[in-house]
Amino acid sequence: MKFLVCISNVPDTTTKITFTPDNKEFNKAGVQFVINPWDEYALTRAIELKEANPGSTVTVLNVGEADTEPNIRKALAIGADDAIRVNAAPKDAFFVAEQIAAIAKEGGYDVILMGKESIDYNGFQVHGMVGELLGIPTVAPAMKLDMSGTTATLEREIEGGKEIVQVNAPFVASCQQPMCEPRIPNMRGIMTARTKPLKVVAATGDAARTQVTEYALPPKKQGVKLIPAESAGDLIKLLRNEAKVI
Amino acid sequence: MSVLVVVECDKGEVKKSSLEVATYGAQLAAQLGTSATAIAVGEATDASLAKLGEQGITKVLYDKEPRLKDFVNNAYTKLIATAAQQEDAKVIVLANSNIGAAVGSRLSIRLQAALATNVVELPKTDGGQFTVKRGAFSGKAFSDVVLNGDRKIIAVKKNSIEAQHEAGKTAEVVAFSAQLGDADFADAPKQVVMQDQAGGILLPEAERVVSGGRGMKGPENWGLIEDLAKALGAATACSKPVSDVDWRPHHEHVGQTGITVSPNLYIACGISGAIQHLAGVNSSKVIVVINKDPEAPFFKAADYGIVGDVFDVLPKLTAAVKELD
Ligand SMILES: Cc1cc2nc3c(=O)[nH]c(=O)nc-3n(C[C@H](O)[C@H](O)[C@H](O)COP(=O)(O)OP(=O)(O)OC[C@H]3O[C@@H](n4cnc5c(N)ncnc54)[C@H](O)[C@@H]3O)c2cc1C
Ligand SMILES: Cc1cc2nc3c(=O)[nH]c(=O)nc-3n(C[C@H](O)[C@H](O)[C@H](O)COP(=O)(O)OP(=O)(O)OC[C@H]3O[C@@H](n4cnc5c(N)ncnc54)[C@H](O)[C@@H]3O)c2cc1C
Repeated sequence: MKFLVCISNVPDTTTKITFTPDNKEFNKAGVQFVINPWDEYALTRAIELKEANPGSTVTVLNVGEADTEPNIRKALAIGADDAIRVNAAPKDAFFVAEQIAAIAKEGGYDVILMGKESIDYNGFQVHGMVGELLGIPTVAPAMKLDMSGTTATLEREIEGGKEIVQVNAPFVASCQQPMCEPRIPNMRGIMTARTKPLKVVAATGDAARTQVTEYALPPKKQGVKLIPAESAGDLIKLLRNEAKVI
Repeated sequence: MSVLVVVECDKGEVKKSSLEVATYGAQLAAQLGTSATAIAVGEATDASLAKLGEQGITKVLYDKEPRLKDFVNNAYTKLIATAAQQEDAKVIVLANSNIGAAVGSRLSIRLQAALATNVVELPKTDGGQFTVKRGAFSGKAFSDVVLNGDRKIIAVKKNSIEAQHEAGKTAEVVAFSAQLGDADFADAPKQVVMQDQAGGILLPEAERVVSGGRGMKGPENWGLIEDLAKALGAATACSKPVSDVDWRPHHEHVGQTGITVSPNLYIACGISGAIQHLAGVNSSKVIVVINKDPEAPFFKAADYGIVGDVFDVLPKLTAAVKELD
């Protein structure tokens, strides 16, 4: 089984988000970048399934410029066998999906895993685009993934419950908790990651269907109104008469 | 040219988020000088679909194929694509839900459309450009995005548009068939398992949410959260560590790596207000924080606060709600 795991390079979850003075770009200064947290579920589950199915391989894929390589190496240290970086700034989700679909097709991957969504652009869409570009099923967001031969059984989250879905490879799944316990690299992994192959390839086409023109921060709160604990019940009156939310 | 609105239904009723989507679609159609048609998916009744007139929808297409009752990605995609072709829809509006995202992303490829998810406002359409405002950086920011090309798909964030109700207006419900066959249902679910919802209120759709953190000390104390939630008609939620240790189910976990909610009222009980938690809740209209530590970071993001012990404060709040008429 050939697994392809797509990873996105995102600001650490503790990042205070700011923009350049013209509000046209995200301000990267001093920001620590990590593997998108959802993608860690995809990566770890692929490695677990590889271990359970000898002869399988896990390839990680990122569409990004050279500054994403530390996180690609981290994915190799966690246990992927090799990596591909499509050398291009990710213009938009469609552009990224086209790159992933092209690599998946060329490499004949059986299972394409990604995260539920990126925590920076929150597109929640690359999975479906890749599935449709390749004409294969997508299961998103998946909370559980088991494989028996080339048949996968997944739990897909729906609002208020879950669906049990069965699909045959090749397919795309976007992953979220509680699929597995994401692994962190160990010393041996970090050592071997240095010599694992990381192939850099050029982008195909340069289509983008959307452009960000401006960013904005949410409006600031007015400040908290404190109610003494002794008269907690007054809060409920304020919520009804002042805030008008109950 | 028209606007096509995808309406999700469940147990015969149109979902609340789809009433918002219908309102958005109708207002957008008015802005573009056209009309809004809906395509319904899931289990609906003719009566509930006709009521979409109240949101400004003129016509509702409904395919009574029984296998469309549950979500089937390929079948839904084909159904909506067929409706979009028939109606010559230039804009498709759907909910930013698990169904909306799964279908919208596939449709964007099939119909060669520009897709924007997590959209919070009507677009700006002056000067020949189509610009939407959407949430980004997990609730920490917004971005304006230009959608190119002559077809667009918009997934509207829940609770960002208020559903309109113009009493008495009805939409025409029209039978529709996308001629779906067995192959379209190849990825149909083998089984659908629904959770027990506290008080029957779904967290992603809830207008009010009562949420507990580690300060609640243990799962045995959740009765206090549930009592207040029940009195308020609210859904229950929790912080990540609470679901990590299985005090509460994972689908209640809100935040950057859980679900994002934007209810009218979010009450946080014994939650410190870590940046990852705030990311999932800070677009709530009113935030109430109950924490015994006056320095808890959550107070900075709150509208109302009580510095106190949750075990003392929560019963008082529940009692006060019950006293309201
Ligand atoms: C400098 C810069 C400028 C940008 N400008 C724009 C812009 O103008 N307009 C715009 O729409 N977007 C822009 N983006 C966002 C970028 O294109 C996103 O990576 C892309 O939109 C996909 O993210 P998403 O949130 O849409 O994906 P989602 O659908 O949320 O991602 C789902 C999954 O897809 C995979 N994935 C996502 N991105 C990648 C990737 N790059 N490589 C490999 N796998 C990936 C991951 O597994 C992820 O969990 C910009 C990004 C950067 C860094
Ligand atoms: C990659 C990453 C992703 C994350 N994603 C999320 C996420 O999506 N959602 C999320 O919630 N967290 C997330 N976290 C975790 C986050 O950083 C915090 O650790 C977490 O939110 C803290 O949960 P808490 O507020 O319940 O617990 P604590 O931080 O322990 O806070 C408990 C609070 O309860 C108060 N308290 C204690 N006893 C009482 C009492 N009797 N009465 C009143 N108040 C009391 C305390 O003063 C304290 O403020 C993430 C972390 C990482 C690293």
